[in-house]
Amino acid sequence: MPTLWFILVGFMLTMYVLLDGFDLGAGAIAPFAARTNRDHRILLQAIGPVWDGNEVWLIAAGGTLFFTFPKLYATSFSGFYLPLMIVLWLLMLRGLSIELRGHFPSPLWGQFWDGLFFLGSALLAIFLGAAVGNVVRGVSLDQQGRFFAPLWTDFDPRSPTPGILDWYTILIGLLALSTLVLHGANFIAVKTTADLQQRTQRIARLALVSTVLLAAISTVATFWLRPVLLDRFASQPLGAIFPLLAIAGLATVGYARWADRDLLALLASGGYILGIMSSTAFVLYPVVLPAVNPANSLTITNTAAPTYGLTVGLIWWGIGMVLASIYLLVIYRLFRGKVQLDESGY
Amino acid sequence: MNDAATVSRLQFAFTVGYHYLFPQFTMGLAFLIFLLKTLYLRTKNEQYNQATRFATKIFAISFIVGVVTGIPLEFQFGTNWAEFSSFAGNIIAQLLAMEGAFAFFLESAFLGLLLFGERRFGQRVHWLASLLVFVGTWSSGFFIVAANSWLQHPVGFQPQPGGGIALTDYGAILFNPWVGPQYLHTMTGATITGAVTMAGLGAYYLLQGQHRDYGQIFLRLGVTVGLIATIIALFPSGDWEGQQVARLQPAKLAGMEGVFTTESGSGIVLIGQPDVELQRLDNPIVVPNLLSFLTFHRWNAQVIGLDQIPDDQQPDNIAFLYYAYHIMVGLGTIMLGVMLLAALLLWARRLYTSRWALWLLLLIVPFPFIANTAGWFTSELGRQPWLIYGLLRTTDGDSTVVSSGNVLFTLLGFMGIYALLWCLFLLLMLREITHGPEAATAAGTHGVTTDPPDDFLDLDDTALAKP
Repeated sequence: MPTLWFILVGFMLTMYVLLDGFDLGAGAIAPFAARTNRDHRILLQAIGPVWDGNEVWLIAAGGTLFFTFPKLYATSFSGFYLPLMIVLWLLMLRGLSIELRGHFPSPLWGQFWDGLFFLGSALLAIFLGAAVGNVVRGVSLDQQGRFFAPLWTDFDPRSPTPGILDWYTILIGLLALSTLVLHGANFIAVKTTADLQQRTQRIARLALVSTVLLAAISTVATFWLRPVLLDRFASQPLGAIFPLLAIAGLATVGYARWADRDLLALLASGGYILGIMSSTAFVLYPVVLPAVNPANSLTITNTAAPTYGLTVGLIWWGIGMVLASIYLLVIYRLFRGKVQLDESGY
Repeated sequence: MNDAATVSRLQFAFTVGYHYLFPQFTMGLAFLIFLLKTLYLRTKNEQYNQATRFATKIFAISFIVGVVTGIPLEFQFGTNWAEFSSFAGNIIAQLLAMEGAFAFFLESAFLGLLLFGERRFGQRVHWLASLLVFVGTWSSGFFIVAANSWLQHPVGFQPQPGGGIALTDYGAILFNPWVGPQYLHTMTGATITGAVTMAGLGAYYLLQGQHRDYGQIFLRLGVTVGLIATIIALFPSGDWEGQQVARLQPAKLAGMEGVFTTESGSGIVLIGQPDVELQRLDNPIVVPNLLSFLTFHRWNAQVIGLDQIPDDQQPDNIAFLYYAYHIMVGLGTIMLGVMLLAALLLWARRLYTSRWALWLLLLIVPFPFIANTAGWFTSELGRQPWLIYGLLRTTDGDSTVVSSGNVLFTLLGFMGIYALLWCLFLLLMLREITHGPEAATAAGTHGVTTDPPDDFLDLDDTALAKP
């Protein structure tokens, strides 16, 4: 049962990265893709009807993690207190920047929110990547399974008391930024036309190059830092399917960008994200938060909720996800196609 | 202020108290928007449709502030209340996660449709969107009230061998006897906020002599719904809540009513200042025997006073609890009176010209916000010193690894962001209200009234000259 929930929470987080990923990416490319007020409005219109729903995947994943692995939720959220609060502030300011921009017809008002939209989106991408980096690298859990990570210590991932930011987690943060820029640019290219679309396609090509480079460096760095993760592939060679999916996804993005097939590129960058998320989950399993001293690591067994709650949870969770998927399909279908900017809206 | 639990409490009280100013309004308004849209479909009176669009604009601004201030709450259980989260997370988080699965997805999907879908997808889809947003916000309220009810009256669990407690009965936490009265009372309170605000807006337009037709629509709907809701808040929902508290949380009842000594035929205190040191009320005005009657339906029933409750089980801020409760009841009574008066004038067809009554309706707009907040303070302060009533003390529930300095840092950060948010909210609200209902167009609700000229960032002068 805990294994099943490990997969389901992983699924929700992956949905979050896939969906909110493209609107975070849209924010991160906004100042480079959008030249005019009209461009900015088109960008916002493209993500406007869906960004809040995308973000709900994060909130819902948080809630699901809370009731399925309460000890992991409690330990990691209190241990990552400061960065988590900063992420919350960024989420808040960024949400405002999307919704409030169109409410006041002043150039300064628009520029202020455009700036905040860019900063919030880019920093969130980096922080979310660094969070994954922290979970892969491990933290200094004590015997009671508690820790408190400062924002930084000596920037050395092999330190006995690592901070949130070190060269490894920053590297993963940059990889996340590059990945989401690629994903977001692919999405915006699908939703736009003319010169805005062309600029976005150019950004996507640059992001593809940087993503390939950063992904290669990050992979080497990860296995150099934690060679033990490679063992998972030795014991279960079938797991190689996950990194292969990521590689295939990136290769397909390459083909699609070369052939200017925007929708295929978007689907392929989604496949690549699915590949890296599932690879990460695969190498970590059954550990959910590694400790510097491996004996103190949190695993799915020592953090899972009792079986009864996990079983009833499965029933309503299933219903809830079916409903959520229906809404998702309905909304994306209703707002499909290129953005048409009428007088109203963002 | 130096222990982390206290600062965490302050932070939670501040963030949740601030947050709740918005959902109480949007839950009430979602109901009214649904009514307006339904009225339009039945009467085909275009003014109802226009009023719907306008109310949706007001809703959208309030909703986004509610959404962003809601984000920290789900995470604060883990960041600031880690011991509580590992103790009872497998139970309480069932309800929180259900809110995400059943309410948030629904709201977020169909709000976009409500905002942008009218022209493209037609009136029936738009009506359906207003219904689903209403259902979404109200089911969100249900799960939060259910989660809070479990803290007030924990059920359906068993102690676990390794410490902490485990869920044993899922139905029990969903149909906790505490949920019914509290949900009814909370949602009634939210409806009052929506209705009183709408009536106040209508009164404002009539007093100003602007947008008269819409002012009258808002008054009719606001006063009608407001009267019904203020009555339900008192009876039966308030009455049920009071009896439930008397039965299950005598310490809370004693604190909120200011009953220091146990007596038969206890009177109800209308006004007076609790002197906790001397265990008495100063300058009290009391209606004899009424408290006994209201809580136990017998004039001579015994009401347990604070003297019978051990010190370590008394709420830790009796005076605040007492005032919170009295403020809620006092303002609720005033609102009921004003609504009754306004409804009579409406019935006699004299409301739209009675300036003094319109002034009253305008001036009470802040009251429901204060009363709802005070009500929640009553509920939560009265639960102290327990985080989970009778099971886990608040001081045992916070995060041991987070220092008070770190919590203060984030509390101050929240204060800063929320101060900015308040300025923005007021600015945008005043703007929408000044532009009025006629400015809302069918297509959407954002920036319609003064659609910025296309390339204002290119700073051409005409753009700056526009209002």
